[in-house]
Parts: sequence; structure tokens; C-alpha cells
Amino acid sequence: MSLEFSADAQKKIAALCERYPTKQPVVMAALHLAQKDFGHLSDDALRLVASTLGLPYAHVYGVATFYTMYRREPSGKTTIRMCTNISCMLRGGYEVLAAFEKHLGVKKGGTTPNKLFTLIEEECIAACANAPCAIAGTSYLLDLTPDQVPTIIADLEKRPSPESEVV
Amino acid sequence: MAAPIGTKLVSARFGNIEAQTLAGYEKTGGYGTLRKALAMRPDDIINEVKASNLRGRGGAGFSTGMKWSFVPKDSKTVHLVCNADESEPGTCKDRELIYWDPHLLIEGMIISAHALKAVHNYIYIRGEMMREYVVLQKAVDEAYARGYLGKNVLGTGLEIQLTVHRGAGAYICGEETALLNSLEGLRGQPRLKPPFPAVKGLFGNPTIVNNVETLMNVPFIIDKGGAWFNELGTGRSGGTRMLCVSGHVNKPGVFELPMGITFNQIIDDVCGGVWKGRKVKAVIPGGVSMPPLAPDELDVPCEFDALQTDERIKPVMVSPTQVFDLGGGRQLRTMAGSGGVVVLDDQCDIPMAVWRIMKFFAHESCGQCTPCREGTGWLEKVSRRVAEGNGKPDDLDLLASISHGIAGNTICALGDAAAWPMLGFLTKFRADFEAKLKKRAA
Repeated sequence: MSLEFSADAQKKIAALCERYPTKQPVVMAALHLAQKDFGHLSDDALRLVASTLGLPYAHVYGVATFYTMYRREPSGKTTIRMCTNISCMLRGGYEVLAAFEKHLGVKKGGTTPNKLFTLIEEECIAACANAPCAIAGTSYLLDLTPDQVPTIIADLEKRPSPESEVV
Repeated sequence: MAAPIGTKLVSARFGNIEAQTLAGYEKTGGYGTLRKALAMRPDDIINEVKASNLRGRGGAGFSTGMKWSFVPKDSKTVHLVCNADESEPGTCKDRELIYWDPHLLIEGMIISAHALKAVHNYIYIRGEMMREYVVLQKAVDEAYARGYLGKNVLGTGLEIQLTVHRGAGAYICGEETALLNSLEGLRGQPRLKPPFPAVKGLFGNPTIVNNVETLMNVPFIIDKGGAWFNELGTGRSGGTRMLCVSGHVNKPGVFELPMGITFNQIIDDVCGGVWKGRKVKAVIPGGVSMPPLAPDELDVPCEFDALQTDERIKPVMVSPTQVFDLGGGRQLRTMAGSGGVVVLDDQCDIPMAVWRIMKFFAHESCGQCTPCREGTGWLEKVSRRVAEGNGKPDDLDLLASISHGIAGNTICALGDAAAWPMLGFLTKFRADFEAKLKKRAA
């Protein structure tokens, strides 16, 4: 199956190619855009990025598998990235992670059967003064407690927040 | 310490949501300094920054003016890159700075690019900072529309371009040469130095990589003078410092504070003391890469030189009888790092906290150098079994030996960043680890 970028993505890639001396630096943005258009980075999506930028497939594969925000598998509509690093751990980050696991019915790393949520145990997200914290979709959740989790999930069920809204 | 508590430069617009927009920024004096700077000769700007004693706020604390002067004089193409890949655990200032005052960063970059004669410039922003990316990109677009950026900046004939480049999740890209590789569309793996980026960096051209907060201080230096900025500081470190205080304090937060404020003042006067009426057990002074301070070391100023040299801070040891050698007989006390101050109270399970730090480094090692790739994984495994009460009798020696084997033996500082706190915690909190081993023996 051969894929094609959306018109919007094509326009953005063309504009970005003007910002660098070669096309290679655009690979990161092109992968973000491919993820938005196709949901995840399948082999075909990587081939499309490679042919669009004139790069070897192996190069694009190498980049796509190095960075944690690129997904090689389908995921839930809203990704919840719960930080458990030191500042969050000290103020109950693991308890909040456990509450997410319990209320979503999946372990960290998992996607709910209704494909609405993917839960990730995240490393520090630079909001330590408001620990414990998480990123849900494109927004930060600050000063979390386990008892807030059901409301957060209910809100996101009604209004999903795909990360790919921001590219 | 000349600046009183409450002096605000880079955080002056915090809370003023209007300042995110160009109109709001200009209303509070924004882009006023740019006009003055564009009329200055590049070398005069560099001299002013040198006189200010502005030191890099990303972690190393290197003199910004000195760094700028390393660009070879006859360079044809120079780049300025802003490192906005804030990821050091405990650090959360750059995210706030970008969110509240994106135009201050842009103004600082335009002035700095003029000083460096840099045309094509980039901000590398962490991928997870989605809201901040939107705010920043909008501000860059506004600056282009108003003629602050582009082929002919404010009619001066100068060309200054600025591109925001989004990362995609990798702590290592905060390391400046990994960041440059990532900007070039490669895997974010660090480069060997030398050559240093100021000589051979982005696309093979001389490149200056500066932290967000560093660049945001430049307009103040040009507006009020390097001498004025220097006087705000401690003599060898000019200006104020953004500190991010997290962990077991009553009022955690991101604060702009006088350079040289002591840790006791930070905890008691700024953050309302340790929570739940407890006492301090340990303080991580500048992100988890830095060796911790013990309760009797907290009257030391939170400042680049003091944390490296103040003799009240016990040097890091490899074993209870062997001092760790940084090279050439230099001792390692600790460092001011990224401004991430993490407070651990007296009920804190130190070995468990250390395991979490080691888990982080094992996850983030880029895999390029064997001592780091394998060593951080071993540190995570061994520190975990110790923390969980399943440690073996010689595990503390093993942890020290692994750390010693990593330190200084890798391309970049991530290896040291894992080894130093491991050795530092073993040096100052050995009894806590030994108690875990005894528990198992019993």
C-alpha cells in the first residue's frame, strides 16, 4: 500500500525545506506530520518520508526508532504521559500512575481496548515544581492526586486530545 | 550578593498572559533594546556580555561572552542555536520562561545573532512541550510579520532568520552536540569534542549553543550595561538565577533569585520550609546529575564556583578511603547545574530515590559508548535490588566500581551524570544503603 501526505503536510514540508541547507533536517518534522496523517509510523509511512526527502529508508528508520514520541504501532487517541521521575516520585507520582492504571484498566505502556487512551510512564517533563504532573494529549496536568484521576479520564473521554494536533 | 530577593529580570512578565503576544510584549518595553543593539558593533555587544559575567544557565556555567569569542574571526557562516530541550529531572524553568515571555527569548536571540553575525538560527524545543511550541511559533511568526526577523531586520540591511525545530523525545538531545546532530536530522548521539561547536558545529559551521535563560538575559545586559548586570551577581557570576525548587518543601516553585542565595534560605525563606514539619535529609543542588548536599552543607551559596570549591562541601569519594579524582587530582564536590533544586526530607527512602535516578539514566543513555550503555543498566539493576532489600554484601562496592568505570570514559557527560550522583549519595548517605543490606542479612 502506498501512502500520500495530506495537502497540509505537503505544504508544511515544502516550507520547512526552505529553512535548512538540505532536506535531511526536515526528517523530524516530516515524521511528526506522518504520525498525524497516518496515526503511527508504519514501514510504509517511513518509506514515504524517505522518498519525500530523498533519504535512505534506513536513515529514516534510524531516526524514527531513536526518539520516544514516534510511535511504530497504533496507539490510543489521547496519550497520557505520567511522570514518575524524582520530583514526582517524592510527592506521590507512582500512586497517581497506579490510579491511572486502575481506572483505565491497563498497565503502563498499554492501550485501552476502546483505543481512547495509551498510558505511558514518562521521564521528567519539566514541571517539577507542580509535581506530580503528567501530559495528557497536548496539555500539562499539574499538582495531581490519585482522586482526580476518574474526572480527568471522564473529561478526556468526552474531549480527546491527540498529540498530533500540534505539529 | 548584591541583588535583593524580589529582583526580577527574565521572570518579570510571569503571570502577564498578554505579554505572550507581540503587542503585550511591546507595551511592557519589549523590543526596545533591539533597536539599541542593532546600532552597536557586534564586538561591542560581545564585550558587554563578557563584562556582565553572564554564565551559561543550562548546566555548565561557562562564561557566555568567552564562549562567543571562540568563534573564529574569519568565519563566513555562523549559527546561533537555542537549547530549549529542558529535560534534566528537577528542572522546569525554561518551559515557564518560553510560555510566559517568548518574545524576550526572540529579542535575546536577535541581539545575540547580530553579535555573532549569525544569519540562520534555530531554537531546538523539546518535543513534549507542545503548548510551549505553539506559543513560541506564534511569537516567531509575529516577529517576522513586524520586521524584527527576516532578510532586512528593521531596515538595517541585516538578515536574521529564526526557525523553531521540534524534538521528539530524547533527554540526550540536551547535550549540545547531540542537539546539533538532531537538528541535522540524525539520531541524537553526541559528537566527540574537539572540535567544539564554536569552531565546527551545525552543518559544519561555527555554532554557538546557548540555553533559553542565558539568551533571555542578553537584552538586559545590552539595555543597562554589562557592569550593571555583573553587580547584581556575586562577582564572578552576574545577574540573577532561575531556580526550580521541588520535592519535600511547603511551597515548591520556579523562582528568580539572587545568585548566591544559600540553600537554607531557599528552603526556609523562599519555600516555607520542609513539609510536614520534617527536617532536610538531602538536597540535589542542580538537577539529578549533580552530587547531593547533606544537611550540614546547606549554608553554601547556590552559585557556580561555590558549589565546586567551597570546602564546607565534602568531596565525592569512590570508597570511604579513596577520594574521587576528576582528573589531575581535582576533587568533585558538586555543581550548580541546571537550577533544579530537589529537597528530600528525613523520612525519604534514599536508596529508592537513587534507584529512580539510575533508572532514568539507564533509559536515556543513547547507547553509543559501552561504559555508559552497559554501566547505567547495571547501576539501575544493582541499585534496585539494594533498594528493595535484596542487595548482596558487596553491592555498594560494586555500585562504586561501576560508577568509577563510567566516569570520564564516555564521549559526553551523560555517563558522568549517572556516576556522580551514585558516588555522591554513597559518600554522604552510606548508612542508608548499609541499613538496607543489614535488613536482608537479618
